[in-house]
Amino acid sequence: MVAAGVLIASLRVNPYLYFAGYVIFQYIVIATAWNILGGYAGYVNFGTPAFFALGAYTAVFLIQSIRAPLPVLILAGGLVSALLGLGIGYLTLRLRGVFFSIATLALSIVLQTMIINWDYVGGSRGLSVIRPSSPPFGSYVTFLFTVMVFLAVVAVTAARFIERSWIGRGLAALRDNEEAAECMGVPTLRLKLFATTISGFLLGVAGAPFPYYVTFVEPNSAFNLDYAVNALAMPMIGGTTSWIGPVIGAVLLGSAQQLATVTISSEMNLFIVGVVLVAFVVLAPEGILGLVRRLRAR
Amino acid sequence: MFAWDLLANAVVAGLLLGGFYAAVSLGVSIIFGLLDIANIAQPAFLILGSYAAYVMNSTFGLDPILTGLLFTPVFYLLGAAVYRVYYGSFERRGEESLRGLVFFFGLLFIIEVSLSLKFGVDYRLVQAGYIGKSIEFAGVGIAYRLLVPCLVGLAMTLALHLFLGRTFYGRAIMAVSQDRLALRLMGANPVKIKTVAFGIGIAAASLAGALLVTITPVIPSSDRDYIGRMFAITVLGGMGSIGGTLVAAVILGVIESLMATFYGPSWSLAVSFGILLVALAVRPAGLFGR
Repeated sequence: MVAAGVLIASLRVNPYLYFAGYVIFQYIVIATAWNILGGYAGYVNFGTPAFFALGAYTAVFLIQSIRAPLPVLILAGGLVSALLGLGIGYLTLRLRGVFFSIATLALSIVLQTMIINWDYVGGSRGLSVIRPSSPPFGSYVTFLFTVMVFLAVVAVTAARFIERSWIGRGLAALRDNEEAAECMGVPTLRLKLFATTISGFLLGVAGAPFPYYVTFVEPNSAFNLDYAVNALAMPMIGGTTSWIGPVIGAVLLGSAQQLATVTISSEMNLFIVGVVLVAFVVLAPEGILGLVRRLRAR
Repeated sequence: MFAWDLLANAVVAGLLLGGFYAAVSLGVSIIFGLLDIANIAQPAFLILGSYAAYVMNSTFGLDPILTGLLFTPVFYLLGAAVYRVYYGSFERRGEESLRGLVFFFGLLFIIEVSLSLKFGVDYRLVQAGYIGKSIEFAGVGIAYRLLVPCLVGLAMTLALHLFLGRTFYGRAIMAVSQDRLALRLMGANPVKIKTVAFGIGIAAASLAGALLVTITPVIPSSDRDYIGRMFAITVLGGMGSIGGTLVAAVILGVIESLMATFYGPSWSLAVSFGILLVALAVRPAGLFGR
């Protein structure tokens, strides 16, 4: 990883590209994590911001208290979010479909209120985070970019592994018909808990480097509902049934948004996400992967 | 010493707020409770109604609540159109749950962002004769700004209750929520009835939006504050019971008002979502569920 980082840092390109690239790779992690639960298991999670921000705020807490190094922050952020994931996994025992989705949305707002009222991590005013003085290589943004690329590779590899193992087949079975799957002996609860936990872990991991990236953390940016809409728009656009779908969606939509932010306005990019999402879900419900498959079949 | 007058004021404000919350939630009670369509975009139509009232108020000086009433046919047609798209794209294909949810979520964002592109993110408010005035009653202040929306909310609740129980279309809507096949066998067209119901739900939301902008200034992202409230009230009220919606709305209004008075307003939002989470986890059928 260090070698790759040194290589990336030695490329003489516009530093802004790393800054924008970080966001795109962050979205690859988020979209992939969302898809493990949403795409494979069919449980739509609107609470992505809760998990992302929990990762970010775990990191803030550890920076504030013991100035922990970045790998520790990432691991801790992931674990705390994984615990929350396990919690909502048990929620699926009682809540299915729409009710589960609404509950996750509620969870996100409740958590945001708690953070707003917790002054140690900045409360509603936010908190400035000072980056460590010397990164292992390159500038700090280059370093963070490399870390995020690494995390994206880990997330996508994990998703690909899950998809192709018996776990993925079990999740697909419960997505199509939970009762039938249970009757056939698929351990649905254990599979759902696994999916929510791993999805939560990866979302937390994506959020943990966030404080160092923005250097100023406040609840509105960490709990931004944009993460919720992007997390589900990207897999929906790419295609939810395969690990490559979220990656395609994240790269396309992520780059489009970065471009729109620079050239038009940051509000315009959300507009684009909304329109593209609705257009895809109405016209091409299987996403880009589905379109490609249909073209091939001809 | 315990501040009794503070408590009395908070309870009265909460009761008034409850009447308004009932107006906000009626649309969800119909669309989600009766039709079983998870229209997450409902709060966006609420804010759209607020902005309609704001525009008419600032350009023509029209009363916001009157504007809200005048605009209900427009929103009814808008709602009917949205339902047609939803039906054609999802319900007919039997893919309503997952993709339909995403569709409405996208719609929520499109409306919200369109509003902020058009009007910016400044707070917008309306002018009317009764805003800012209040009456005192035994040491408890009642602001007209809250009283008027509460009364309109109660009127809306009563009107919908009568509509659903007494008229042909109202009864058909109740029937479509219970047994679609039986309705079809009786010679009625469920899609047409659901279109009517969806339109009424959206129109109710837009009128509630006019009430909202009377109570407090709005920004395009105000809709997010109401997602939790609407669904909490609907679930707590027993999914589609109009009377239950009113009771749940008043309960939520009082609790929120007490929280805001004694612990600070930053907690009041968490209350509705907290109640929603508990209600969903413990008793999804609500207080008055069948």
